[in-house]
Amino acid sequence: MRLFRSSPAERRLLLEGRLAGPMPWVIAIMMFLTALAAASGLALGSAARSLGEDLAGRLTIQLPEANPVTREAGKQAIISELRRLGVIEKVEPVSDDQLAALLEPWLGDQGNEADLPIPALIDVTLRRATPADIAEVRKAVGSVSQTARVDAHARWLAPLESLLQSLRWLAAALVLLMAAATATIVVLAARGALNTHRPVIEVMHLLGATDQQVAALFQRRIALDALLGGLAGLAIALSVLALVGSRMSGIGSELLGSASLGLSDWALILCLPLFGALLATVAARLTILFALRNTL
Amino acid sequence: MATIVKFENVGLRYGIGAETLSDLSFSLERGGFYFLTGASGAGKTSLLRLLFLAQRPSRGLIRLFGEDMVTLPRDRLPLFRRRIGVVFQDFRLIPHLSAFDNVALPLRVAGTSERDIERAVSEMLAWVGLADRISARPATLSGGEQQRVAIARAVIGRPDILVADEPTGNVDPDMAARLLYLFDALNKLGTTIVVATHDVHLLSRVGAATIMHLDSGRLQDPTGALRYPPQREGAA
Repeated sequence: MRLFRSSPAERRLLLEGRLAGPMPWVIAIMMFLTALAAASGLALGSAARSLGEDLAGRLTIQLPEANPVTREAGKQAIISELRRLGVIEKVEPVSDDQLAALLEPWLGDQGNEADLPIPALIDVTLRRATPADIAEVRKAVGSVSQTARVDAHARWLAPLESLLQSLRWLAAALVLLMAAATATIVVLAARGALNTHRPVIEVMHLLGATDQQVAALFQRRIALDALLGGLAGLAIALSVLALVGSRMSGIGSELLGSASLGLSDWALILCLPLFGALLATVAARLTILFALRNTL
Repeated sequence: MATIVKFENVGLRYGIGAETLSDLSFSLERGGFYFLTGASGAGKTSLLRLLFLAQRPSRGLIRLFGEDMVTLPRDRLPLFRRRIGVVFQDFRLIPHLSAFDNVALPLRVAGTSERDIERAVSEMLAWVGLADRISARPATLSGGEQQRVAIARAVIGRPDILVADEPTGNVDPDMAARLLYLFDALNKLGTTIVVATHDVHLLSRVGAATIMHLDSGRLQDPTGALRYPPQREGAA
């Protein structure tokens, strides 16, 4: 199928300049929005993955014990018990200084000196994050202390991860909607071009041109217009992404930092104008072949 | 001579009005020369449109090159159209193409190489006296020049049938004689020629031509020359 190839003589058959009409510019806008939506979706996917990898295997054990001596003894007993388990990668008690730093926003810098029963905390990292492994940790901790509580980090951040996934699906839906809108624009443009050039098409038909030959004239022109429009839209989108990226790196947030684009993500975004041109070509070809079916 | 076109009880109706063409039954022979005459509105152009496959009949049977054109799938029509050259009454030249590109169009549609096109089109334009207007666009050509470009486009592909609707309407008598000479030369090479005309002088220029006269959409065939099988005047 001759999607893009045509001779200079064939190109002369349709009288119009490059980027004539509104279609390339509308496609540029659609491509700009598509590239932003795609980049957002891919970055959110990366953030969700990173969040899941970071938190899935992490647990915090709280030992609420008012007596500091008993608390310290319980903490050490739990650490010893956990280190015997094969599912554990790392066990690390949270030091008093770290606890004080964590509580400072609420208790002030005198918090440690106040006579408050602060629980002992132990950070645990599992080799894998299966429910069975977490249950094994709970069992081991329970065997040492009935009051100790095991908190899986993934549970607390599950709503955030779910939100990120929802936003990612929303971005994917936006990309699909944009593709559908682009195809619709191409269909309308192809119908318009067909009406404009109807006398030429009639003559070509009577001289023995096939529907495929007629469609080839239009699809190449529309594909090139879509490609040029798409490249313009992508260029603007890349500028915006670069600006947003520099602003995000300035914030220094761990969560925002994880919302980054990998090499494959960039390759996908850079290929969007090609996908757009291909979509436009197929839409134009089908529209023209369908319309010509109603003629003799 | 073999039959190249055969009409049997063909009728053509546009919309729900009366039939424009009624009960047409005739055959055309390969290598024959036919003049189609009749008053304005008699149906000459409609009959030509059936011949060059721009229209299907409302009823009846049309066979071209031995194939039934009434039931032929539309995706097979292009190959048959390439065997028919057409000179339209309104020329139908493509306004933004040069004379060269207009004449070259049938060859390009048929997939001829650009080298062959260059040679054939230049020769053809020289033959119709337009060698110096090769790059001119139709709007810059006179009516007669446009008609010659249209004729050159119709004959460039050496068609089996040449259908011409008033081909000499806009040219001077000298050019009309030259065009008729071109048609006659093509006819001698085996092309069947069908010329619709009002020009009574043209009819006497081709002695061997058969005259088909249309009157209110019906074909007058007093000599029987158009019947199938053909019955020449004086034949047993």
